Amino acid sequence: MALRRRGSVQSYPDVPVDLWVTCRKCGGMHYRPEFEAALRVCPSCNYHDRLDAAERIALLLDDPDQFQEIDADITAADPLEFSRPSGSYVGRVAKARALTSRNEAIVCGVGPLQGRQVALGVMEFGFIAGSMGSATGEKITRLFEHALRHRLPVITVTASGGARQDEGLFALMQMARTTAAAARLGEASVPHICVMADPTLAGVTASFAAIADIIIGEPGATIRFAGSRVVQGTLRRRAPVEDHTTEWVLRQGMIDLVIPRRDLRETLARVIGHLAPAHVAAPAPIAARAARV
Amino acid sequence: MLEFERDLDELRDHIAELERDAGADSNSHVARELAVLQLELEARTADIFAHLTPWQRVQLARHPQRPHTQDYIDRLCSDFTELHGDRRYADDPSVIAGLATFQGRSVIVVGHQKGRSTSENVERNFGMAHPEGFRKALRLFDMAERFGRPVLTFLDTPGASPTLDDEKRGQSWAIAENMARLARLRVPVIVTVIGEGGSGGALALGVGDRVLMLEHAIYSVASPEAAAAIIWRDSDHAEAAAAALRLTAPDLLHAGLIDRVVPEPDGGAHRDFDIAAANLRAQLAPMLQELCAQNIDDLVNARYAKFRAMGEHQNVPAG
Repeated sequence: MALRRRGSVQSYPDVPVDLWVTCRKCGGMHYRPEFEAALRVCPSCNYHDRLDAAERIALLLDDPDQFQEIDADITAADPLEFSRPSGSYVGRVAKARALTSRNEAIVCGVGPLQGRQVALGVMEFGFIAGSMGSATGEKITRLFEHALRHRLPVITVTASGGARQDEGLFALMQMARTTAAAARLGEASVPHICVMADPTLAGVTASFAAIADIIIGEPGATIRFAGSRVVQGTLRRRAPVEDHTTEWVLRQGMIDLVIPRRDLRETLARVIGHLAPAHVAAPAPIAARAARV
Repeated sequence: MLEFERDLDELRDHIAELERDAGADSNSHVARELAVLQLELEARTADIFAHLTPWQRVQLARHPQRPHTQDYIDRLCSDFTELHGDRRYADDPSVIAGLATFQGRSVIVVGHQKGRSTSENVERNFGMAHPEGFRKALRLFDMAERFGRPVLTFLDTPGASPTLDDEKRGQSWAIAENMARLARLRVPVIVTVIGEGGSGGALALGVGDRVLMLEHAIYSVASPEAAAAIIWRDSDHAEAAAAALRLTAPDLLHAGLIDRVVPEPDGGAHRDFDIAAANLRAQLAPMLQELCAQNIDDLVNARYAKFRAMGEHQNVPAG
C-alpha cells in the first residue's frame, strides 16, 4: 500500500523530511520506512496515525483494485452561502477537493473482505476534517440503503470532527438521516461494524457510528462527544483532553473492542462471519446513479 | 429584560402610571392620551418585531421569562403525570416526561426543561440534558410504542451537557439511540421547538413526523457560542455566528427543514403564555388527529422519507 508523506510530518528544517516521521501523539521520531512498514503505528506510544481513505481501503480489503466506489461524484452544495473570516465555504470545499482528490469527506463502495463482499464507507479526514455535511450524509445514507437492498454487511470507518458548521441545520439533520438509515439495517439484521479511528467526534460519534452493532476503536484514538473548543465556548472552562482515548471509552463500556491495526481486517472478517449468514460472495450490481435525489 | 425591549417597557410603565393616576373618573383628555400611547406601543412593538435580527431572536429564544416545557404542558394538557428516572442511573431534571391528556387523547410528553431562577437553572442544568435525561426519554418512547400513545416533544436546550461525566456515561450513545428510536417509532411523533433548539441535544428529542417552531425560537447545528468557538475560535463572535447559521424559524421554514411556524403573541411568547400555548394548540390538535388516523407503516415510511430528503448536495461530472 502506498503510504504518502502527509499529516504526521512536522517541518523541521534540519531533518530530512523524507526519512523521519514525528508521532502526532508522543512526538517520538521514527525512521519512515520502519514506521510505514508498521502501518504507521508509533512504536513508542502505540498511537495509530491517521490514514487516508485509499490507505484504509487497501488495509481492509483483499484487493483494493476490486473496490467499486459508488457515488464518487457527490459533492457539497452551499445551502447557507456560508462564509468564515478565513474564506467562503465554496472555497474550502474546492481546496479540500484539490487536496484529497475526493469530492466529499467519505469514500463509499463495495469490495471483498476475506472473500466476502462488504459495503465499506471510509471517512476522509483530510477533507474539511472529515466533517459531515449534506453530501457526506447523502453518501452514507446511500451506502446503507445499498447494503440493505443487497444484504451486504457494512463497515464504516470514522475519522471526523463532527457536523460541518458551514451547513448549519442541514448538517445537524445528517445525524438524524444517517442514524435512521443505520437503524433500518438493524431491523433487517444486516450487520454494521464501525471502526472509530482518530479522531471520532461530536455529530459523527453521536449518530450512525454509535448505533453500530459492533464498535471497534483504534488504539490511542480520540473519541468524544464535545470537542474541546465547544466545551470551552459553552462552559467557559477548559476541557481535559487526555480522558477521551479509545481505551478510556472502552473502560466506560461504550465500545466493544480495541484492535491493533495489523489485526483489524481479520477481526472484521471474523465478527461479520458470526453475524451475517454465509453466502456466496457475488459482487453486487451497482446501479448507475447520475440524477440527484 | 432585553435591551431592545427596554424602550417598550418604559412606554408600558408610563401607560400604567397614567392609568393609575387617572383612576376611576378619567377625563377625556387622559383617556385620549392613553389611547394614543397604546397605539404607539403597538406600533413600536410591531416595528421592532418585524425587523428582529438573528441575534435578537436568539435573545428572545433564551429570554429568562420565556415559557418553558412545563408551562406549555400545563396549558395544553390536563392531568399531566410526570414520570421520573431512566431506570439505569438517575433522574435528570433537565428533561421532563410523562403521561398526559391532550385534546381528549392520552399522550406521552417529553421535553427539555430550563429553570427560571438561578437555583432552578442550576438544578435543571440550564436545560442541558445528561445521558440519563435522554435515556428517561427513551424509556418513555418505548412505553409510547408499547401502548400505542402518540408522542409530543418540546425542544428547549442550549445543547447536550458536555462535561467529562457526561462523556463517561455515553452522551454520544444516548443521543444516537434516541434518534434511532424516534426515527422508527411506531406511533405518531410531533416535535415543537419552543425556545432553543441546540445541536445534538435538541435532535435527541427532535426526530418526528412533524417539526414545528415557535416564531422566535431558534434551531441550530451548534449554539451560536459553540459555533463561534469552532469557526472563529472565540465564543465572543456569537452574534456573527447567529446570523451566519440561519437559525431562525422563518429561515428554516424556507429551507424546508421544519414544517410550520407557530406565531407568538405581540412582544414574544413571554408576554403572554396563554396566547402562545393557544397558538400552539391550534396547530398541534388537527395535526395530531391527522397523524393518528394514518396507517402506521405509511407513517414510519413517510418519516424516513422526510429526514431522508433533508440535505443539499450536487453532482460533479465524473472524471
